[in-house]
Amino acid sequence: MTLLRIKENFIKTLKSFKQIIPMILGVIMLVALFITVVPKDFYNVIFVGNKIIDPLLGATLGSVAIGQPVTSYIIGGELLNHGVSLIAVIAFILSWVTVGVFQLPAEALVFGKKFAMTRNLLSFVSALAIAVLTTLTLSFL
Amino acid sequence: MNKDFSKKNNGKLIFLLLVIALYLILALVNFPLAKQSFLAFLQLLKQIFPIFALVVFFMFLSNSFFNAKKITRSLGKNAGIKGWLISIIGGILSTGPSYMWYPFLSELKEHGMRDAFVVTFFYNRAVKISILPMMIYYFGPTFVVVLTFYMILFSIINGILMEKFFKISPE
Repeated sequence: MTLLRIKENFIKTLKSFKQIIPMILGVIMLVALFITVVPKDFYNVIFVGNKIIDPLLGATLGSVAIGQPVTSYIIGGELLNHGVSLIAVIAFILSWVTVGVFQLPAEALVFGKKFAMTRNLLSFVSALAIAVLTTLTLSFL
Repeated sequence: MNKDFSKKNNGKLIFLLLVIALYLILALVNFPLAKQSFLAFLQLLKQIFPIFALVVFFMFLSNSFFNAKKITRSLGKNAGIKGWLISIIGGILSTGPSYMWYPFLSELKEHGMRDAFVVTFFYNRAVKISILPMMIYYFGPTFVVVLTFYMILFSIINGILMEKFFKISPE
């Protein structure tokens, strides 16, 4: 590859990336707002101990939660220690990582509304299904 | 085509302006909280910067070495098992927030990457090798193996469902 070609490709890459910068900045600003506004012990007090409501709550909270995946495992581990059911904790962790309500507008802008909505909906349902299947499988092992 | 492109870019700018407006409203209601959020934004930006560089590098590699023909062969309609494997491993190995990968995946998609593989890539971002010790500490090794198995399985199921039931273009 010639130097000129490398330069051309680099400029092309920067141009593509430049177009996406406003969207990424918007998402990061939303994430920062969420982290600041939502208190850290919020998740501990929200679960009610119901076998059906808690997994749904877990998946819903995980969907709107934002942060590093590692944070979801720490919170999930602590929730488990506080007596929250394993199904609810798994649903919470999985939807935290795979569903992004706050990123949805950005995802829709890049991949299309239908794609973004469908992907997030599938991820939400999968979080619940995996939570049930994992708990069932573990009960047999 | 150009109209769509410009509409998409305007949408991204409007999105940013709406978020800025949200900060301004918060500043009027609760200035210390808005300031704290803005400082958290700067901190996040600092943390994410290396990922920016990584994504730009991947996009550069994609522009330099992969043309539409190559991408269609590896990640297109007839990619087969190879396509699934690339998206699973790519999703597991990718780092940083998922939105950082939008530009790169969007480019691959424009060059012929299947929607199913994009979905599979995103789902496998839930499987993180770096988090495994933390997962084992809290939940035990059996749990980690079972959960990882289901996550990978559902990443494929979600990819297939995306194309089958919702009839999103497999091109």
